[in-house]
Amino acid sequence: MSSTLTKPGPGPEAAAGTSAAAHKITATFRIRRYDPEVSDKAVWQDFTIEIDPKERVLDALHQIKWDVDGTLTFRRSCAHGICGSDAMRINGRNRLACKTLIKDLSPEKPITVEPIKGMTVLKDLIVDMEPFFQAYRDVMPFLITTGNEPTRERRQSAADRERFDDTTKCILCAACTSSCPVFWNDGQYFGPAAIVNAHRFIFDSRDEGGEQRLEILNDKDGVWRCRTTFNCTDACPRGIEVTKAIQEVKKALITRRF
Amino acid sequence: MSTLITDDTQGFGPDNPAPRIDPPRARTRRSPRATRTNYEMYAWVFMRLSGILLVVLVLGHLLIQLVLDGGVSKVSFAFVAGRWASPFWQVWDLLMLWLAMLHGTTGLRTIINDYAQRDGTRFWLKMLLYTAAAFTIVLGTLVIFTFDPNIR
Ligand code: HEM
Ligand code: SF4
Ligand code: FES
Repeated sequence: MSSTLTKPGPGPEAAAGTSAAAHKITATFRIRRYDPEVSDKAVWQDFTIEIDPKERVLDALHQIKWDVDGTLTFRRSCAHGICGSDAMRINGRNRLACKTLIKDLSPEKPITVEPIKGMTVLKDLIVDMEPFFQAYRDVMPFLITTGNEPTRERRQSAADRERFDDTTKCILCAACTSSCPVFWNDGQYFGPAAIVNAHRFIFDSRDEGGEQRLEILNDKDGVWRCRTTFNCTDACPRGIEVTKAIQEVKKALITRRF
Repeated sequence: MSTLITDDTQGFGPDNPAPRIDPPRARTRRSPRATRTNYEMYAWVFMRLSGILLVVLVLGHLLIQLVLDGGVSKVSFAFVAGRWASPFWQVWDLLMLWLAMLHGTTGLRTIINDYAQRDGTRFWLKMLLYTAAAFTIVLGTLVIFTFDPNIR
């Protein structure tokens, strides 16, 4: 067991620790730093550390923050790909730092880590997510019903549940929206994540607010701004078929409006 | 190991942070305003339908003008006059003119909406676009219908 530890423990296990250290490689992390209390310019800073390539980028960021430079600032919470707080642009692609293994990034070259694009950088890798969540709120991501509350649960067939299963997986990490070139140019666009979360209710047989949500997404900054570049589908760490969901909303609009 | 290049000359500090650099046109609680029209949907559908027709019209046009019967060298005043004598080719060219112009204009409108950051710039670019499109469509239509092969 102890041979799999990456941090060599003290005492009798030191020998096992050295063998673990043999797994380590030297990797350089080129991180986009920005601190408005120091300068108005963002700069690249290189950190070269010893790390097991089977660790994740998040572990490298931790190691840098804890052992090298405590001022490095980033968001993370669960560290297991479910809270959606650590989406960042790693080697030019949006990913979750906690789901990206260093060995998958060709670590012989510097690994670049930047904040996600299209949103205001507050410090280092932290961006202001407010416009993103505003778009999310604007599609009314909650169950809308009419009539009396049922006394028991709202039942649904397995097939009806399956209809929107893919879009229930969203963790609101913003990897998709911040990879979309339309969103980069025009922050008024709802963006893929808001459409995914509208899709989750529009195609839910228990929900009755579908028509309202479709009307919202029919407007000038809604689904019709999507140009099917598939960046969102490529970026989604949950493997959601984001572009497909957007196309399904378009299709629903066309079949209901004509 | 690493050095952070900082520029202290501007005197930024905890009480005096650098100003925020917001992306252009960031979403706020009050934007975008709802217009409640189907305009964007019709534009989207039109792009697909006109695209399908343009495949036939444009490829057919290119084939006739550039490939068949000796290629581009055969195209002359007489060749054009001969084709426009038939209502079929008049309608073909008219359709192609209108669809390509409206398709191209709608496409450029999308691009202007994407890239123009200020409302004024966006408005005037679109006015320029629509004027140019209207001018070309009117002029082209006029030529197709008033073409007279017996000029002196
Ligand atoms: C040959 C057949 C053609 C087909 C099948 C076709 C199809 C399309 C489609 C489906 C779009 C929408 C793309 C999107 O919304 O993501 C589009 C956009 C566009 N088309 Fe065409 N088109 C054709 C010919 C033309 C011609 C002849 C012109 C120029 C007069 C033109 C100019 C444009 C422009 C400027 C755009 C906007 C590009 C963009 O949205 O980024 N197209 N075309
Ligand atoms: S759809 Fe995927 S990429 Fe987009 S916010 Fe949800 S989980 Fe993240
Ligand atoms: S830290 Fe929660 S998703 Fe990565």
